[in-house]
Amino acid sequence: MSEHISLRNMKINEKATIVSVKATGELGRRIRDMGLVKNTTFQVIGRAPLKDPVALRLKDFTLTLRNKEADHILVQLSA
Amino acid sequence: MDQLKVALAGNPNCGKSTIFNALTGLKQKVGNYPGITVSKHEGQATINDTLLNICDLPGAYSLTPYSQEEIAARNHLINERPDVIINVVDSNSLERNLYFTLQLLELGIPLVLGLNMIDEVRKKGITIDSKKLSSLLRVPVLETVGKTGEGKTELITEAIRNAKEGKGVTVPLYISYGADLDLALQKMEDVIIKHNFMNGALPARWTAIKYLEGDSHVISMGLRERETHKQLEIIVAEVTDHCKKTLDTTPDEVIADYRYGYIASILNEGIISRNNRAERLELSDRIDKVLTNRLFGPIILLGVLYGMFVMTFTVGAIPMGWLETFFGFLGDTATNLIPEGLIQSLVVSGIIDGVGGVLGFVPLILFMFFMIAFLEDSGYMARVAYILDRIMQAAGLHGASVMPFVISGGIVGGCAVPGVMSTRTLKSPKEKLATILTLPFLTCGAKTPVVLLLGAASFPEYGPQVLFASVLLGWTVALVSARVLRSTVIKGDSTPFVMELPPYRLPTLKGLLIHTWERAWNYIQKAGTVILAISILLWAAMTFPQLPEAQVQEFQHQKVALEETLTDSLTAEEKAEIEQKMLTIDNNQAGTALRYSLAGKLGTALESVSSYAGFDWRVNIALIGGFAAKEVIVSSLGTAYSLGEVDAEASEALSDRLRADPNWTFLTAASLLVFVMLYAPCFITVVAIARETSWKWAGFSIVCNTIIAYVLAVGVYQIGSLILQIN
Repeated sequence: MSEHISLRNMKINEKATIVSVKATGELGRRIRDMGLVKNTTFQVIGRAPLKDPVALRLKDFTLTLRNKEADHILVQLSA
Repeated sequence: MDQLKVALAGNPNCGKSTIFNALTGLKQKVGNYPGITVSKHEGQATINDTLLNICDLPGAYSLTPYSQEEIAARNHLINERPDVIINVVDSNSLERNLYFTLQLLELGIPLVLGLNMIDEVRKKGITIDSKKLSSLLRVPVLETVGKTGEGKTELITEAIRNAKEGKGVTVPLYISYGADLDLALQKMEDVIIKHNFMNGALPARWTAIKYLEGDSHVISMGLRERETHKQLEIIVAEVTDHCKKTLDTTPDEVIADYRYGYIASILNEGIISRNNRAERLELSDRIDKVLTNRLFGPIILLGVLYGMFVMTFTVGAIPMGWLETFFGFLGDTATNLIPEGLIQSLVVSGIIDGVGGVLGFVPLILFMFFMIAFLEDSGYMARVAYILDRIMQAAGLHGASVMPFVISGGIVGGCAVPGVMSTRTLKSPKEKLATILTLPFLTCGAKTPVVLLLGAASFPEYGPQVLFASVLLGWTVALVSARVLRSTVIKGDSTPFVMELPPYRLPTLKGLLIHTWERAWNYIQKAGTVILAISILLWAAMTFPQLPEAQVQEFQHQKVALEETLTDSLTAEEKAEIEQKMLTIDNNQAGTALRYSLAGKLGTALESVSSYAGFDWRVNIALIGGFAAKEVIVSSLGTAYSLGEVDAEASEALSDRLRADPNWTFLTAASLLVFVMLYAPCFITVVAIARETSWKWAGFSIVCNTIIAYVLAVGVYQIGSLILQIN
């Protein structure tokens, strides 16, 4: 029922599942190489002091990315 | 004796280097990968009559490279074709680590998997069924603990056995990428095999996959064989189009999905079982709650940087003092042994002072690198990048640029040479270049005495403020020029910041020491040779041509005349006065000789340009000397202002002298201050820049910085003069 939102708009501690990664080329490949593929569940665990970049927990490790990159990732929030 | 080529491969922070250190001990050497400055670590070990040449590859997440490290790792594997790969994985995050393993297996090189840090996993009550994993992946899997060396022998024995049996080749792993892609891959494989594409050096399917992934490096290699390349591109275009139409996706996305799917299917076979639900990153997370906290994070960060700084420059100063004493002793001994004259001057002033000045830095560099190695190996450096990325991004830089800035003098003191060398942690060549080119603007330790001197000479009551202003000036110019560079000469989008925050770990002392020594040794070797040449050159420029005999005679006569007035009947006061006069003659002679020398003539010639900034020939000589090392500015100013030898640290006398000079105004001081802060980096830094980038950029840095410095200095002087006139 919930809508797909961009990862940028997630709040700290929210969990979500990746619906799609819109980035193409090198950036898209890097994002996917790091484990951000469709159906991956992750949690936003923090944001840097100036709210950018954002830190995520997935597959037993912590990944950070800039909001600019987060824009390319569509997610569905978990209940 | 048999010889085997072994490659150690794995994700960053998987503990590869610890295993490498455990295997090779001190039999290591470090160089650079050809063409790029990523360090290449190689070492040897002899096990059961087999000589192993082990290469510790840079950490990589993927074989479709993204960072320079990954390019180096990939190229080593496909060009060197090691006999066996030891793939080290962090057992804590098995799923992501196996993503890289799969890609290695697709290469068809015999592989042994080391489940590293297995102790941490066990502690959390998690068991990994390594036997089952081994049978599913069809490679030997061994459990290791890098820190203690547990499993090290088994791992290497298994690798040797595997290499000898496989003789460097095994059947590449075959992963299905779904009906569409498999069909295309099959077609491409046929084309590749038929035309013996790239001399059959790589598994056909692997090359095909790289084409589908759009791997620019493999594709540019393939371009050399036009016809085959075209056929492959056509198939890629077809399947890309098909993916787009039917699934609204791209082949590289499909490939990543299937790889993770493959891993999931393996791990679902009951490989991992948890006895309790202890979260792995719990401790790291708790530390991060504080260290990357919005409020405390930056405060702690400043504290850490500052503390690191104080440590380096207070503790490092002690052995630095020893070295200074040693070189002083060496200089004195040489002075006593070699008769007075040109050779003595060359050896003492040219060689010993010049090389001593460089080697004197070594303790500082050792300390600095030890601290950096600690911050890096412990995982904190990644947090620094994370916290400060937003600010640096505004200047077109990367969060990780902060560390080189601080090392180069972001908090007063420091040195651009280790700063330039520390930019190796930056992934993007463009951001690295922009960082390197702007580092020399900061207030390094050599500029500090100059700043203090000028402050004391013209703004005696505002010493600390002058120093603080110089730091602000340094940062402002560095960040602004980085921004300008990134939108002009080094144009390009900011590189994506997709970075792992590795769990905090206590680094091993052995690893830290090896890291530190490697970098310091590089510095000693590289800077030591060039500076020797430059020292001699500068010495020659300030010595030749010598004063004509007649003029020397004249000074001699003056001295003899004075000496004759020295009789026993004089009071001590009168004697001192005469001795003072004789010193003045010596100084005058030195000053005249300097003016007569090549450097002096150059200084005089430059007056026509430099007078706009308020500099006369004496300042010009000092600035030319400052190109060798900024400390030289104080001592050359001293010589030029006829003070003879001036100790760079004890500059009071000179500042008095400057103040007494009617041509010396506070505007001269301000303009000189700006110029010294910003003009061409010292020669050791230039060499370091050239090593990390190219001589072209090193030249750019000399010219560009000097122009910026000149323009700003002229601005300060001229506008200042105007304001003074109006008043």
